[in-house]
Amino acid sequence: MDLLLIKEGFPLLSFLIFLPLAGALVLLFFHGESFARLWTLSVTALTAVCSIPLLMGFDPASAKYQFAEAYAWIPRLHINYIVGMDGISILLVLLTTLIMPFCVLASWKYIQKRITPFMFCLLVMETSMIGVFVALDFVLFYIFWEFMLIPMYLLIAIWGGPRKVYASIKFFLYTLAGSVLLLVAIIALYLKSGSFFIPEMMWQPYSLTFQTLVFLAFFLAFAIKVPMFPFHTWLPAAHVEAPTAGSVILASVLLKMGTYGMLRFCLPITPDATMLLATPILWLSIAGIIYGGFTALAQQDMKKLIAYSSVGHMGFVTLGIFVLNTRGIEGAILQMINHGVTTGALFLCVGMIYERTHSRELALATGVGKYMPWFVTFLAFFSLSSFGFPGTNSFIGEFLVLAGTFEHNTFLALAAIPGAVLAAAYMLRMLQKVVWGGTNNPDQSSLTDLDVREIAVLAPFLLFVFWIGLGPQPFLDLMHTSVSQLLEQLHHWQQHQQVATVFWR
Amino acid sequence: MVLLPELVLSAGALALFLVSLAKAPSVQTVKSVAIVFGLATFASTLLAFQSQGSLFYGAYAVDQYSQLFKVMIGFSLAVLLVLGQNLKGISPEVRPEYYLFLLLSVLGLMMLVSSVELITIFISLELSSFALYLLVPLRDDRTGIRVQMEAGMKYILFGVMATGFMLYGMSLLFGLTGTTYVQGILTALAKGNLQPAVLVAVLLVLAGFFYKLAVFPLHFWVPDVYQGASNETTAFIATLPKFGAVALLIRFLGMPTGQSSVVIELLAVLALCSMFYGNLSALVQKDIKRMLGFSGIAHAGFILLGLLSLNREGYGAAIYYIAGYVLMNLACFLVISNVSKEGENLRIDDLNGLYKRQPVLAFVLAVGLFGLAGIPPFVGFMGKFMILTEALRADHLLVVCLAAINTAIAIYYYLSVVKAAYTADPGDSSEVSIHPMIQLTGVVLVLAITLLGALPARFVDFASSVVQNLP
Repeated sequence: MDLLLIKEGFPLLSFLIFLPLAGALVLLFFHGESFARLWTLSVTALTAVCSIPLLMGFDPASAKYQFAEAYAWIPRLHINYIVGMDGISILLVLLTTLIMPFCVLASWKYIQKRITPFMFCLLVMETSMIGVFVALDFVLFYIFWEFMLIPMYLLIAIWGGPRKVYASIKFFLYTLAGSVLLLVAIIALYLKSGSFFIPEMMWQPYSLTFQTLVFLAFFLAFAIKVPMFPFHTWLPAAHVEAPTAGSVILASVLLKMGTYGMLRFCLPITPDATMLLATPILWLSIAGIIYGGFTALAQQDMKKLIAYSSVGHMGFVTLGIFVLNTRGIEGAILQMINHGVTTGALFLCVGMIYERTHSRELALATGVGKYMPWFVTFLAFFSLSSFGFPGTNSFIGEFLVLAGTFEHNTFLALAAIPGAVLAAAYMLRMLQKVVWGGTNNPDQSSLTDLDVREIAVLAPFLLFVFWIGLGPQPFLDLMHTSVSQLLEQLHHWQQHQQVATVFWR
Repeated sequence: MVLLPELVLSAGALALFLVSLAKAPSVQTVKSVAIVFGLATFASTLLAFQSQGSLFYGAYAVDQYSQLFKVMIGFSLAVLLVLGQNLKGISPEVRPEYYLFLLLSVLGLMMLVSSVELITIFISLELSSFALYLLVPLRDDRTGIRVQMEAGMKYILFGVMATGFMLYGMSLLFGLTGTTYVQGILTALAKGNLQPAVLVAVLLVLAGFFYKLAVFPLHFWVPDVYQGASNETTAFIATLPKFGAVALLIRFLGMPTGQSSVVIELLAVLALCSMFYGNLSALVQKDIKRMLGFSGIAHAGFILLGLLSLNREGYGAAIYYIAGYVLMNLACFLVISNVSKEGENLRIDDLNGLYKRQPVLAFVLAVGLFGLAGIPPFVGFMGKFMILTEALRADHLLVVCLAAINTAIAIYYYLSVVKAAYTADPGDSSEVSIHPMIQLTGVVLVLAITLLGALPARFVDFASSVVQNLP
């Protein structure tokens, strides 16, 4: 257990996990609508504030799991309650806690019916999302991972758009079907390594066949969640039908769980299989980037457009992970955060226009620039950020990923470049239509510009767009030690394996 | 003290017999007597939990194993009587008799888990079964085509056939070993040098309990009986007898047959057939009780998977699984029997918009169904997880993968019920009003499903340790 820096005193991570759950339980007993809104806002805000000490107390020079807590849970099967956080997960935890209050604010007027259950679902979601990122026991991880499906399903199925039933069932079935074999892989790993403690499963000398099978089970579960190219079809449906807060959670946090899983589990637990299968996965990422870009270019529905752009952006993330070098992986983690900030903000923007026009059709939202100057200002910045304009956050992320890819394979990097161009094309197309439109714009004079609440929701996102875009070093510092430790072990493993193969021959 | 639960049940049956002699017993009295005796049975199982002893010349063993099952049976009985207290599908004239046979059937189950001698096992099983066969046709003839009679006939004919198998197996065991005591049979078989007839005998005996558990080739009665019996009767058939079946399966699987690999392979094949048959058939059901019947077949397959490892960890996991399964099924049937207005069968469409009509019931239903589907943190997930772990530990990788795929198939039909309850428009179906007592029972079940799922350690440890002390 020397991998853990056990936190003495106040169990901060457990507090962050269970505070939203406790808040949700309170909502079972008090049903007032305005109370539900205010209560949820304060609980999520308190969680966000309490997650700041994580940043203060985090030691970026250590690759250990920090703020760790360990308690026995089911001793018979060696299952423990272990949580901890390292450089890979800290930013994702903070992203989750910080984004939640804005999801509540974005639902302030959007959700008009069944408000208390909606807020209940949001709080339960937060618990399981934080849990996924900090769990260091595989069973605990799996419980949070699967449990999340229920509140997310309800968020889409009850408060979603016209095709909500289809979209929610598709989301649930896809994700669950992906993760049933993950459970078998977890059990198989336990039987080999004798423990469900994730770091103890890493860097074990499993046979290549075993690793490949486990890797494929992992990959199926995580690739569906990301979603990678052939497994992406649930995403546009779910995004389009989900309410704004649901879309934001889906885009900003849920998709990151897939890439987080690849980084946390695939690389260290099955290193040989990762190296064996990295090339096809890289090309799948490229396919996702190009495919997402072209499909987004053809969309008439703004949410669908952003959903397909997510497929492309997440392709960059998987690309960065599987080139297996420092630039690529750091860029990938940063890109996960960027995508969370930018795409989350874009979904909020679309939600705001939807509240006014009650349509997500691009054609019905043309030419609003004249009447909603504040809105289009925000939209312009987020769109620029989305296609990686220099000075914004995505530029740094995509730049690092592409630099890592060039280091790995020039052809691969060249193949990814059109994706970046396509991103500019579809984003600028949307921006042009929304701001100016053409000669046949619908009458938009009845639209009101953003109010203070809405500006307060969007402004922090803009702050992070420029903060990461202009000064990314503090963010990279947080993850650097963990990433380089991971890669060092990987390369060490690779050399060691080569020696072994030579010896074997 | 040792026999307290059985005595309470007999007293309850007698009391109901006396009530039924009255000219026109009031519905309220009958209900109260039944519920009081149901709760008293649960209390007495708790009181008798620590007692141990061997009665009736060693034919009847009261040990931790039997007492654990009796507590579970007592709890389920109490919940069942409370949740089905209105007995909508049973005409008021026969309600005293209904409760009388119900208690007698539970008495049979209680005796069954304590029996350690073949004739005693047979008598207990028949006491439990015959009382149950009578409950099915007691439903009032609402449809005009007497489906309840058809269901009753199917139940009794298939049941008698399975009993025939079992008796034949028992006679073979007696012939091979010269004793009817389970302990004696074990000692005789342990000497080794076994004939192939031992395998046949043990399998025939197991077949009788496979019938109760609704495992694949002996499952034919399930859909029609579930559909034809009244909602409360189906709730009973779907839950309590499974305890008896699992308790006795574990007792008989311990018998050495000299061919344990054949037994294991057979169990694996039956488990997979049950899962695939149950899950695939459940996908297309419209009647919710039929759907739960098919899902029950699939879950029986999962229990066999736990028994497959033939060791105490696997048995412990199977006991945990069946306890969780019964809790989740009770939660579903609580909703079904209370949403049903006059005791009619419910189609899945009839649950449309339940969320608006009765939020508490919708919540209980969702927890029960998500639990059955094996979503954490409910008890269904932990049970599934432990059973898969034990099966994989015994190196049945293919079986485990196929079972895992089955859980993905199963989610669809559970989810379609949740979908109906939460997203469909209620249309013109009216609100459902329920007694606070039933709300309370629902909340207790939800808590039990969640807590047993989140903190399973003590239960499983206890179950595995009592299995170890079996003869």
